[in-house]
Amino acid sequence: MDTLTMLQIYKQMLRSRVFEEHVINLWNKGYIFGEMHTSIGEEGIVAGILNHLKEGDALALDHRGTCPSIIRGIDPKSLMLEFLGHKKGLCSGNGGHMHIFSKEKLVASSGIVGSSGPAAAGFALAAKQLNPGNVSVAFFGEGAMNQGMLMESMNFASVLKLPVLFVCKNNEWAITTRSSSVTAGKLADRAKAFKIPAHELNGADVEKVWNVAKIAFTRARSGKGPTFVHATCTRPHMHLLGDPLLRIVNEPLKELKQVAGPLLKSATSSGGAAIQKRLGSLTKITSLIGKTAMGKLFKENDPLLRVKKRLRGEKEKLELISEEVKTEMDTMINEVLKLNEKIKL
Amino acid sequence: MDTISFANAIESAIAQAMSADSRIIIMGEDVQLLRMNLFARFGSSRVINTPISESAFLGAGVTAAMSGLRPIIEIMLIDFIGVAIDGLLNHAAKIESFSGNKWNVPMVVRASCGGGYGDGGQHEQSLWGWLAHIPGLTVVVPSTPFDATGLMMSSILHEGPVVYLEHKLLSDYWLDYMGKGGRDKLDFDVPVDGASGFVPDKCKPIPIGKAAIRKEGKDLSMISVGVGVHRSLEAAKILDEEGISVEVIDLRTVSPLDKTTILDSVQKTERLLVVDEDYEQFGLSGELAAMILENDISFKYKRVCTTDTIPYSHPREKMIIPNTKRIVDTALLF
Repeated sequence: MDTLTMLQIYKQMLRSRVFEEHVINLWNKGYIFGEMHTSIGEEGIVAGILNHLKEGDALALDHRGTCPSIIRGIDPKSLMLEFLGHKKGLCSGNGGHMHIFSKEKLVASSGIVGSSGPAAAGFALAAKQLNPGNVSVAFFGEGAMNQGMLMESMNFASVLKLPVLFVCKNNEWAITTRSSSVTAGKLADRAKAFKIPAHELNGADVEKVWNVAKIAFTRARSGKGPTFVHATCTRPHMHLLGDPLLRIVNEPLKELKQVAGPLLKSATSSGGAAIQKRLGSLTKITSLIGKTAMGKLFKENDPLLRVKKRLRGEKEKLELISEEVKTEMDTMINEVLKLNEKIKL
Repeated sequence: MDTISFANAIESAIAQAMSADSRIIIMGEDVQLLRMNLFARFGSSRVINTPISESAFLGAGVTAAMSGLRPIIEIMLIDFIGVAIDGLLNHAAKIESFSGNKWNVPMVVRASCGGGYGDGGQHEQSLWGWLAHIPGLTVVVPSTPFDATGLMMSSILHEGPVVYLEHKLLSDYWLDYMGKGGRDKLDFDVPVDGASGFVPDKCKPIPIGKAAIRKEGKDLSMISVGVGVHRSLEAAKILDEEGISVEVIDLRTVSPLDKTTILDSVQKTERLLVVDEDYEQFGLSGELAAMILENDISFKYKRVCTTDTIPYSHPREKMIIPNTKRIVDTALLF
């Protein structure tokens, strides 16, 4: 990858990151309602894949669609207004962050785990028949790999040689469960069993993702069928903002107080499992909480920090990009605030 | 008697039942954390974490129930039943009939339901009418901690498949998980009398198919379920001041319906207003009208239901889901 491309990719990732930092701020203050699943930590995977997209290619997104939407070129202002439930939002405030739809850019998302598989297969089927050369991409987490409809669509795409990239973003957590404890075998082996070529890599390294994606897109565009990309990542915010496990780690005094009393009371109640089993449960719970401390791991696996390190010779250009992105997103937020008089930052 | 939260009331019933009957197991995503207290007491062979594979673990729950276990299958949100509907629709509901009533499926499907906290149309549905449409399924929807505990107990004891729905505005931990996320300033319209209340220490089953008259009245029958019951009671208070005496019936069980209580009330008031958080078309509200007509009772009829796909926008979802003002306005049209 040449320096110019890498700078361009860095800018895309930074746009998404800064946008999502504004999202977190608005969510923390209660202006964004309900759940919020950010893509922070997944930018390397998303940017590496999306930089090969052409006009007419389609995206099937999961509940973590912010980063792909920003990088695909959806107007950040319309996206932010959507997250705020505003009438002028991308989907008139009907969809929210889990239901991002852009007919113009062929972007469709869903909050149902695994559903990006069939969605991408359908986009690819239409592309194959109506617009040969176009492809579709499905993004999903490793938790979704245990969902039947995703496995079914991989088989379906393989036998029909559909132009799909199945992109698995593996952060090792299926909601608040360790994925390894509920997943048998290697994920790449599942793809291989369907005769789908599989690539495994570190998704924090955007260049690696970009290189692999290049091979996969070439294969798909030339009618040879789907590819499976299995990329690891670290998400500092875990499943959603305000993640219950993370809250215990961040504010142990406040949060543990509520949890510990009933837990110990129940663990020592008469009637139930033998003491050994009960201790096993308690150990598992505390170990889960321990594994949630993401700070250090994220520093190692932050895709933006990695690119910055690679580009350390381009200090001036990086600063310029940082300034441009900050200005773009500040302007966006100011325009959003003008339309929402109630919001006080 | 003790005042406890809706969520703790459910847990208390399950803990008592599990301690009395070792065949009862819990299966679902994240349950070892979501049901941390039960996991700590009953261990990993009775509180089983599953992969995100609803069709597999609900489908497996059906035959596990047919062969000696008493599974409580947790589908986090009832919206996600879409992924696993085959297990309910074509199997759990039909085995007893197919087998000539010789084989039954004592399984509880527990799921959160309902909206009003800004999570959008794939996470806030109610779907009880849609599920009650299927012969062979029992559908219960408690609206108070007392009923939550008693109906959970009877669901576990029931010899057929039961869908047990807990509303997220009533269950504090669900609202915290999906709505608040640790933020304290958010304004949710939580019915206080539903979110916590008196529950006996030793929980007693509440008969399935038995409605409760929450308020007696003579001019208008308001029939509802779940959070809608609390909205109806608020509306009834306002209507009382207008000189309209409202009878509020909490169905508690959507299927089978408590026909006697419903018919007696509508015969008396000759007016029915159904308040249903599930979708308006082809659902519970229409079923109630048809059932009463079939019993040769003349009455006037209106309904306040969820009329469309639930929008993400919080102010607009509050309009689409039945609210107190809509109920009052509609009642005044009689």
